Amino acid sequence: MPKLIKDGAIVEDSWTLLAKPEGEAASVEVPAGQVIVPLGVWLTQKARLQTRQDIGVWLDSDETASQLGDDARALPLVAVNFPVFMDGRSFSTARLLRERYGFTGELRAVGNFIRDQLCYLRRCGVNAFAFAREDINLEDALKSLGDFSEYYQASVDQPLPLFRRRA
Amino acid sequence: MYIYDDYDHQILRERVAQFRDQTARFLAGELKPEEFLPLRLQNGLYVQRLAPMLRINVPYGMLNSTQLRRLAHIARHYDKGYCHVSTRQNIQFNWPDLTEVPDILTELAEVQMHGTQSSGNCIRNTTSDQFAGVAEDEIIDPRPYCEIIRQWSTFHPEFAFLPRKFKIAVTGSQQDRAAVQVHDIGLQLIVKDSGEVGFKVYVGGGLGRTPVIGSAIRDFLPEEHLLSYLEAILRIYNQYGRRDNKFKARIKILVRAMTPEIFAQEVEAEWLHLKDGYNKLTQAEIDRAKSFFTQPPYAIVDANAAQAQLDVQASEQPAFGKWLQRNVRGHKIPGYAAVTLSLKPTGVAPGDITDTQLEIIANLADEFSFGEARTTHEQNIVLADVKKTDLFTLWQKAKQAGFATPNIGTITDIICCPGGDFCSLANAKSIPIAESIQRQFEDMDYVYDLGDIDLNISGCMNACGHHHVGHIGILGVDKKGEEFYQVQLGGSASNDASLGDVLGPSFGADDMPAVIQKLVDVYVENRTDEELFIDTYRRIGATPFKERVYAKAH
Repeated sequence: MPKLIKDGAIVEDSWTLLAKPEGEAASVEVPAGQVIVPLGVWLTQKARLQTRQDIGVWLDSDETASQLGDDARALPLVAVNFPVFMDGRSFSTARLLRERYGFTGELRAVGNFIRDQLCYLRRCGVNAFAFAREDINLEDALKSLGDFSEYYQASVDQPLPLFRRRA
Repeated sequence: MYIYDDYDHQILRERVAQFRDQTARFLAGELKPEEFLPLRLQNGLYVQRLAPMLRINVPYGMLNSTQLRRLAHIARHYDKGYCHVSTRQNIQFNWPDLTEVPDILTELAEVQMHGTQSSGNCIRNTTSDQFAGVAEDEIIDPRPYCEIIRQWSTFHPEFAFLPRKFKIAVTGSQQDRAAVQVHDIGLQLIVKDSGEVGFKVYVGGGLGRTPVIGSAIRDFLPEEHLLSYLEAILRIYNQYGRRDNKFKARIKILVRAMTPEIFAQEVEAEWLHLKDGYNKLTQAEIDRAKSFFTQPPYAIVDANAAQAQLDVQASEQPAFGKWLQRNVRGHKIPGYAAVTLSLKPTGVAPGDITDTQLEIIANLADEFSFGEARTTHEQNIVLADVKKTDLFTLWQKAKQAGFATPNIGTITDIICCPGGDFCSLANAKSIPIAESIQRQFEDMDYVYDLGDIDLNISGCMNACGHHHVGHIGILGVDKKGEEFYQVQLGGSASNDASLGDVLGPSFGADDMPAVIQKLVDVYVENRTDEELFIDTYRRIGATPFKERVYAKAH
């Protein structure tokens, strides 16, 4: 079973990520078990999928948190994808899911983000990291989660900006 | 000036440690070059034509003498004995060794300096008016707000991988010396009759390949909402700015595509969610920021006596008089003056400064200006708080050090990017063009008679030399491997911001001094008594200039 970083530890990944379908999202067959489905599949099959407790949804970088909206609240897992690590849209998506849409489940980064983005992603509310590349040393990558221990801005992990905390 | 507390120091130390580790992993082959690239850029490190270039932030242009001495040390110890003041008030080292960069950054961190976010697709150093806090026409000091923005934008977790770079400028004076209308966000401080402080917000201005004057999207943003509003703008941009084409990725393209009206609506809608959150500035925080920019302990100077003495000295030494006229300006405290040290003597790349000169400026700052100096976006250095009774002594010392060229604001005070001599993006050299024009205009009396002329040179369309907003703008272009220069007229970065019009076909490097001379001749022949070059151009239009420059030889 592949591994990922979750809540600061290396754990086994029990979820399967379903790729975006070539054809109609409505006609995709979602297998049994813990599955992370593309947003399009979720939106077209919501009525059916909502009855399951083992469905997560992933948002591509050109999809916004508002497209999932309040659905997020009931989901156990939402993933945000990085097609390339320089595509920073998912940082905003993550924050919005946490701060505006009340998502409290596992927020997972997937795709081609890099280790050096872990600290900022964590600050934006991401708590699980599944690298697309298999040659990443997760033990080493863990170190980057704590690149900073103090911050100026308000964010998910620290809602009070430094100016409200300065002694 | 802002002084770091333990929090600031800790955050910067952690950043230096992070980059030291990243550099080590890159050198060990653990971090791919394409992954290291944005990381090193966000720490100020470019790879240039001949060597790396390290860009050090000077937050809104403010430097103290300790920092100047440290920059001198770095220039001497790690570089070739000089550095460069950029058009965004930053300092650039042209020859650092990659392996030594973490050490340089460690040394800089000790004096509260760094290169973080001086490059890359993130929020860059906030720039401002070099006469902030001392200008006679100032409405309110912009620096406390610049510092609040500096802290908010530094290592902002959401906005470190934007579609493209992002620049913010703030002005607090009647005359805009920070060019806010050609920034991604321009903030103009306003004080209402009621005493309420806020900002007029411009967005989507910029130079580069597609020059645009910013659009005002809000006429009055109350000061306490500064950060939430910035966050709303950045969030809209981060989500919707184009990422498919780096030449269309700046916010100006998004604003234009959406129209400024729709863009403003989107920002306002986003802001409604954010405006009363924790980012809302407290009065305590605004006061804290302001506490770092209080007045220095000014001496009581008999302003009239000091002025009378200056008049005598100027009549005895006309060269001093010229310097007073061009390089010294008024101060809100009677008996004080703000002095611009020119980094534009003929024959030196505009903005270049040696290690020894940096130390001299540090000494001058300590002796004459409360230990502080400022960089300007015109690539000069300002000593902002000089007693009028000290001006003559300061002039003598500045002259000896090569800083007293009395050309501030004139045609030889050229804004110029490093160009093809250094920069790997450049299509053409820019420094030799600046020098040849300076040589053409060596008669200072003639130069004074011409009055204020902004002449700006960029070595490529990225426009680091701000050619679009020069009264005369020069753009280096490459034609089949040969360097040519296009001329633009009528640009301005001031309150009446405008973009220059292309005059016509480009010229060879050797022709440039004569071309500029002809343009100036047309101005001199057509001007009225009170007109500057830009005014005459706006009145008579491009045609007389074109006719002269492109006239067939008989």
